[in-house]
Amino acid sequence: MSGILAIFRRELAGYFVTPVAYVFLVIFVALIGALTFYVGGFYEQRQADLGSFFGLHPWLYAFFIPALAMRLWAEERDTGTIELLLTLPISTTQAVIGKFLAAWAFTVVALALTAPMWWTVNYLGNPDNGVIAAAYIGSALMAGGFLAIGSFVSALTRSQVIAFIVGFLICFVLLMAGYPLVLDVFTGWAPRVVVEGVEAMSFLTRFESISRGVIDLRDLIYFSGMMAFFLFANVSIIEMKKAE
Amino acid sequence: MLVTEALTKRFATLTAVQDLTLRVEPGEVLGFLGPNGAGKSTTMKMITGFLAPTSGTANVCGHDVIREPAAARRKLGYLPEGAPAWGEMVPAAFLRFMADIRGVKGAERARRIDAVVDQLQLASVLQQPIATLSKGFKRRVGLAQALLHDPPVLIMDEPTDGLDPNQKHHVRSLIREIAAEKTIVISTHILEEVESVCTRAVIISGGHLLADDTPAGLLTRSRYRDAVQVTLREPDTSAREALAALPGVRDVEIAADGQTLTVLGEDGLATATRVRELCSERGWRVEALRAEGGRLDDVFRDITRSEAA
Repeated sequence: MSGILAIFRRELAGYFVTPVAYVFLVIFVALIGALTFYVGGFYEQRQADLGSFFGLHPWLYAFFIPALAMRLWAEERDTGTIELLLTLPISTTQAVIGKFLAAWAFTVVALALTAPMWWTVNYLGNPDNGVIAAAYIGSALMAGGFLAIGSFVSALTRSQVIAFIVGFLICFVLLMAGYPLVLDVFTGWAPRVVVEGVEAMSFLTRFESISRGVIDLRDLIYFSGMMAFFLFANVSIIEMKKAE
Repeated sequence: MLVTEALTKRFATLTAVQDLTLRVEPGEVLGFLGPNGAGKSTTMKMITGFLAPTSGTANVCGHDVIREPAAARRKLGYLPEGAPAWGEMVPAAFLRFMADIRGVKGAERARRIDAVVDQLQLASVLQQPIATLSKGFKRRVGLAQALLHDPPVLIMDEPTDGLDPNQKHHVRSLIREIAAEKTIVISTHILEEVESVCTRAVIISGGHLLADDTPAGLLTRSRYRDAVQVTLREPDTSAREALAALPGVRDVEIAADGQTLTVLGEDGLATATRVRELCSERGWRVEALRAEGGRLDDVFRDITRSEAA
């Protein structure tokens, strides 16, 4: 546990000693704010809720999270620090979890910085704050799922660019899994079970129910399972590819 | 104490290390020598638990590196090849992190950090990002990290690479200072380093152990062990033949300048006397005459080349 904590602290501090973190936070918050008003039509809806705001999260995450996660392992591998890290008296699992939690905490910070949206909507009307709180939780869970994927992809390569592109692609496909763009690839030839399985994998349909304020146990299990699976795969890949 | 037993690492098409059995006791400084790609770094990576051996075992202070990785690693200080460190961190934060993760806490942490900062003269760069440091400082930050928790076993992959001659000298003195109660393994390309810090030298090539001896023991294998080198003021075409005819002389080598001759004899002192006598007899004016104690690079080449052939 103290191993995870030490890694977590080092990583999280690492975000803030370079300008990257600040650039990332400013662009994320500015973009999500602007898009809520201009693309989401926050005013035009004349509703005191944050539906138009949360609806953007999956799409922004698909881009921002792989950008955040791309360096997690690719950089360690590229600079050789992976050898330093993995010869410390901690297990690979502890290192993976520590790094993941730091990146997740960073996205939670980014998410917390969007709080003015919440105040705004409370100033303008009387929104259902329970729904908004649930949607924030759902959004953080979804970010965690994307991050676990990004971390896994980052462990596959020493190139951060490749990690970003592949990560983005996987996130995008998972988002669209409930939509014809992806489903049409399977319908017609694959058995019904497969098509339904793919549809059930969609981040978007899961998140939509949470963002309406319904936290279903199945959705929680889905996102935690996603994280557990990809982090486990992450550990296995690192163990397998250490020699390279 | 460090023990390896038939340690072997095979990659897809290549056997990097083959049946390496070693035992290094406290107080020993083992120099690990070998050409590039000989398996030195791979061996170190297995001892430190970074790579799992294909077969065989490595054991640090009684802890198997695969079955008890945490216990074994706590006893180890490791400087990986190229002294990697997180470039965005400053040495002060880097050393604090290394202390935390190794369980060095509180007053002990501050004391140990001060000690290694002092030992490696890092005080002036403590607040500069590691990425901006010179190669010499980076290497010393890496060494500081390895020494931080005062480990009984130290594994260092090319500890003086990238250091200037003064820094090299400093690091070698440091290694000698701490060597008394520690088990130290260093890999190096620099043969003079072996003579100056190691109590024992191991030569590996192609993953095989080829020699395991003290540096002095290795030197006795040199064909130059009892050689005498004489430099004449003027070249003399008959010199080589005349020297070769002296009793006990095996061979005479002549340098490109035609004036420096190396006489390989059976007994250094006797050969030197005979060479001097011959010179005065023939009226050659001698610029320099010195006995050679053997050349480690020559032994190294002999041992590693005969293996490759």
